[in-house]
Amino acid sequence: MDLAARVRTLLASYPPGTTAPLDFLRARFDAGLAWVHFPVGLGGLGLARSEQAAVDAELAAAGAPDNNPRRIGIGLGMAAPTILRYGTEEQKKRFLRPLWTGEEVWCQLFSEPGAGSDLAALATRAVPGEDGVWTVDGQKVWTSTAHTARWAILLARTDPSVPKHQGISYFVCDMTDPGVDVRPLRQITGEAEFNEVFLTGVRIPDEHRLGAVGEGWQVAQTTLNNERVAIGGQAMPREGGMIGVVAETWRRRPELRTPELHARLLKGWVDAEVVRLTGERLRQQLAQGQPGPEGAAMKLAFARLAQELSGLEVELLGEDGLRYDDWTMTRPELVDFTGREAGYRYLRAKGNSIEGGTSEILRNIIAERVLGLPAEPRADKDLPWKDVPR
Amino acid sequence: MSADLLYSEVEEELRASVRSLLGHHCPPGEVLARAESAQPYDLALWATLAAQLGVAGLAVPEQHGGAGAGAREVAVVLEELGRHAAPVPFLGSAVLATTALLACGAGELLPELAEGTRTAALAVPLTTAPGADFPSAVTAENGLLRGRITSIADASVADLLVVPALAPDGPGLFAVEAAATGVGVARRTSLDLTRPVADLTLEGVPARRLAGPDRSVTALQQALLTGAGLLASEQLGIAEWCLATTVAYLKDRRQFARPLGSFQALKHRLADLWLETVGARAAARYAADCLATGSPDSAVAVAVAQSHCGALAVRAAEECVQLHGGIGMTWEHPAHLYLKRAKADQLALGTPGFHRAALAGPVGLPG
Repeated sequence: MDLAARVRTLLASYPPGTTAPLDFLRARFDAGLAWVHFPVGLGGLGLARSEQAAVDAELAAAGAPDNNPRRIGIGLGMAAPTILRYGTEEQKKRFLRPLWTGEEVWCQLFSEPGAGSDLAALATRAVPGEDGVWTVDGQKVWTSTAHTARWAILLARTDPSVPKHQGISYFVCDMTDPGVDVRPLRQITGEAEFNEVFLTGVRIPDEHRLGAVGEGWQVAQTTLNNERVAIGGQAMPREGGMIGVVAETWRRRPELRTPELHARLLKGWVDAEVVRLTGERLRQQLAQGQPGPEGAAMKLAFARLAQELSGLEVELLGEDGLRYDDWTMTRPELVDFTGREAGYRYLRAKGNSIEGGTSEILRNIIAERVLGLPAEPRADKDLPWKDVPR
Repeated sequence: MSADLLYSEVEEELRASVRSLLGHHCPPGEVLARAESAQPYDLALWATLAAQLGVAGLAVPEQHGGAGAGAREVAVVLEELGRHAAPVPFLGSAVLATTALLACGAGELLPELAEGTRTAALAVPLTTAPGADFPSAVTAENGLLRGRITSIADASVADLLVVPALAPDGPGLFAVEAAATGVGVARRTSLDLTRPVADLTLEGVPARRLAGPDRSVTALQQALLTGAGLLASEQLGIAEWCLATTVAYLKDRRQFARPLGSFQALKHRLADLWLETVGARAAARYAADCLATGSPDSAVAVAVAQSHCGALAVRAAEECVQLHGGIGMTWEHPAHLYLKRAKADQLALGTPGFHRAALAGPVGLPG
């Protein structure tokens, strides 16, 4: 049966108008139409990733519900590809379906107060027990959706006696464990989109380990590479994203225009269009199965652009730029970089060059992995983690 | 968006052929030595490119003796010519003049250009941007041209000059034989050593009108727009050479007992330059594809590509000089050939600032 026929069959068997959204999403997953590049039985059909767009478009046109992907971005963009690549058959069967349908939200427990850019220095400990259960103690930070999450992907140190990259293991952590304490972390926008997560005697069965003991760092690379693609890699129409917001303000408020702002706006428009074309070219390469290194570039370019343009908009607004919509601390379920008002957008964009790998770390990655320049000397490279001065 | 931003297999084969030929016949040392000689253009190389690869007639339709290819293929050749700072009149003859002649319907002049046995130039200052007023420097009366046009690219080696002139009935494009009596072509000492400009003086020169008021304005406009859009690919080639050469040098050069390329301050500069170069490839490819398909988005695509690529090539060449340190400042190192070409290209066919301003209308962001 070809793809279009599968879509028609799904729509005929589960008419969107009369089917509960969750039932439809489960049926879509079981029909292999969730992510067609995943294997049969796991929400996919083993097809090329590029075939997904047509499926999404047809289902949307038929009025089918979607899985609100922005609400479950960490699950879709980071946990799922990692589980697919490193998970056991049981893990894939258990986790992927409710992850995709949105029944179970995921979060990421990677960064720590003492391990940001130097993520591999992380200190959260996982100690094996005789009952095949790990006990985890430590503190994680910058965890978005921790307050709504059912599961977390977790990096913890399982062997402090070897150099930092070698002693890490990768786990799936149950966020309902009584040892998990989630506290909101208020940020410069006033809201608390992120959390601090304190782990005290959290118990994780060994069946919830992803990949081998001590190979968590390699497993995490899959997660992090997918995170950067997820942040910078969406298809965009012209004037999509921050440039669209600023251009709209410019068109609506002719009294604010000055020649100097005009020149900067046009520069920003060109930069946004170049980034959009770069992303489009990357997608064309991926569709042809020739992934280029442009993926690493997209997040870096996206952050710079969002910051320049959101800053320009505050200036453009003059007196209105002096105001702010609301400093009240809320805990949003999802984030919209182009939402709310100019002041919020300006402040939120500051995070774009920090979250998911700082722009400085991304430049290191480009320089070393794309351009092949020599690595920085690293003092702790061969030192056992427990002997590194800190 | 349906524009194809990749390279086809045929385009990659063309690139490989041009690159291989230039690798053999256009090494930096020879380009440098030639730059100060009596003939800065490498006419033997031009003849070889034309005869072996059909480069001179790439954009000429088959019925006029060309290869019948389009803007996408021309762009690939320009990338390679930029990468080698090749001193050949491709932009002036095979892009600007050829596009103007095609748009005039003057197909009968094209076979010799396509063969490479004759070369043409479009007689406008290289700084002329798409959308500029029709030039008034030359007048046509009773079939005779009079006037002076300065800073024309590739004119000093042209056999045929395509001259915009004002006649009593309005603007026209005229064909002038460079060898005719009353034609003066004076090569100027130029910033760009590998594409010097020349001034043209016309003192009552007999000329053939190729297009009158009805077609000459759009024909000239088409040539300038095509030239500007495809120049972005040359600028991409320049930037890629500068980036690759600088990366190679910083891997090799050691100071403080470390390769210079291991210093984060330098790595970050090169990562940023790479990022801009990746963007330039997408923008240049989009412009070439729009020109090839006659897309209604061509004017926007060309302005975006020129705005980005014009500035990028200069930045790449400036970084190349700076990060090479002392050797980058010497005449013997080829970096300056690229800096000079890049800086001249930034002015050519509209500056980045001009192209940004030109976007205001088409994208609905008035000042």
